[in-house]
Amino acid sequence: MESNEGPKYSGSEGYRVKLDQFEGPLDLLLFLVRKNEVDIYDIPIARITEEFLGYIELIEILDLDLAGDFLAVASTLIHIKSRVLLPEGPEEEDAEDPRLDIVRPLLEYARLKDAAVKLEGRHLLFRDVFSRDFVAEEMNEETEEELISVSLFDLLSAFKRVVESASRAKILELEQHEYALEDKMADVLERLRAVKGLLFTELFSSVGRGELIVTFLALLELIRVGMVRVFQNTADGVIRVFLAPQRSGKSPDA
Amino acid sequence: MPENNLKAIIECLLFLSETPLPVKRLREIIPGAGAEAISGAIQALIEDFAQDHRGIELREVAGGFQIRSRPEFKDYVKRLRQFQPTRLSAPAMETLAIVAYKQPVLKAEIERLRGVEVGGILRLLIEKGLIRIVGRKNLPGRPIIYGTSRKFLELFDLMDLSALPTLEEFFQWTGESVDGARKDS
Repeated sequence: MESNEGPKYSGSEGYRVKLDQFEGPLDLLLFLVRKNEVDIYDIPIARITEEFLGYIELIEILDLDLAGDFLAVASTLIHIKSRVLLPEGPEEEDAEDPRLDIVRPLLEYARLKDAAVKLEGRHLLFRDVFSRDFVAEEMNEETEEELISVSLFDLLSAFKRVVESASRAKILELEQHEYALEDKMADVLERLRAVKGLLFTELFSSVGRGELIVTFLALLELIRVGMVRVFQNTADGVIRVFLAPQRSGKSPDA
Repeated sequence: MPENNLKAIIECLLFLSETPLPVKRLREIIPGAGAEAISGAIQALIEDFAQDHRGIELREVAGGFQIRSRPEFKDYVKRLRQFQPTRLSAPAMETLAIVAYKQPVLKAEIERLRGVEVGGILRLLIEKGLIRIVGRKNLPGRPIIYGTSRKFLELFDLMDLSALPTLEEFFQWTGESVDGARKDS
């Protein structure tokens, strides 16, 4: 019925929720470019760099296992920023815009993301069109993956707001090793079983300040192992949390 | 054999087949039918289905032909019984798209594009049969080369890889000089 496979502890390092199934540094950049509604061809490098570093700081405070090359991208950004702000010499006429160092890979990535969206929009077998179901067995392998229609950075953004409204304090001051992650995961699951779905903010409404971080980590872990799904309402941007459909025969909402 | 008869035989076979049937396979099954006659009969069938406003159509997928329901009726089909479509997260979908477009491709190249480790996702895509190992590169460590599978074509309603739109069609950008004042909407 339920996997009781908890997250791997790595000694005294805290919880270390792994992020390898989530988005990477270029997604964060695109996320910031869109959030700020800036032109990808004319990125305000100083502002975007600062925000990018802010998110890295948050990820580190949460002690998440930083997936991918966030730090490499951060140092590229800082380097570009310094070149933009401090022109090296008078022979700058024909020099390439230093921002291209990040804009090129970013655009290549944006293009591939676009391709992925279009691919997903095709008439998928057994979702949109049907045939004699030849691969039924092999296709229904249990997987650890579910649709995540909300990005990691949307979740981090929302979490930031929760913390800021919970207190004037900084995230830094939150106690984070008082509660066992498994217990929190069980709590969250229990709350979700009782209702059809919860607002992201409701998840945190009845928890103390010391539990904010561990509650958030529990949510990430539950998403990662496919027990919980998160969706964002495109109209109002509200994020909701749902129990993933049971993979066993019985569905809870009969 | 009369042409109409050939058409009917092919329709019967396509109706019962669980996998897309290539012309080659149809030739093995129907003695004396040439490739051209078979292709002609298939084209005629495709047109028959299209003209009569039928609920099913004949699609060319993964190098063969298959009868499939029409997308506009999917809600009814789902009430008939539960199907379990392949579900992929956005990062998995992106990784699959990169393999589809950049194949034959190494893990390191995918990671360079995404800026994230993709070992776990590649394993998942292999388990689901969407990508496969097509070989190893003559480099230190003999890294694995990945490509998409036939099942990928079947699931995504693709005749073959050339049926994918080219990457240049996405996210209009010439890659030449970037002019800061430019606005692409």
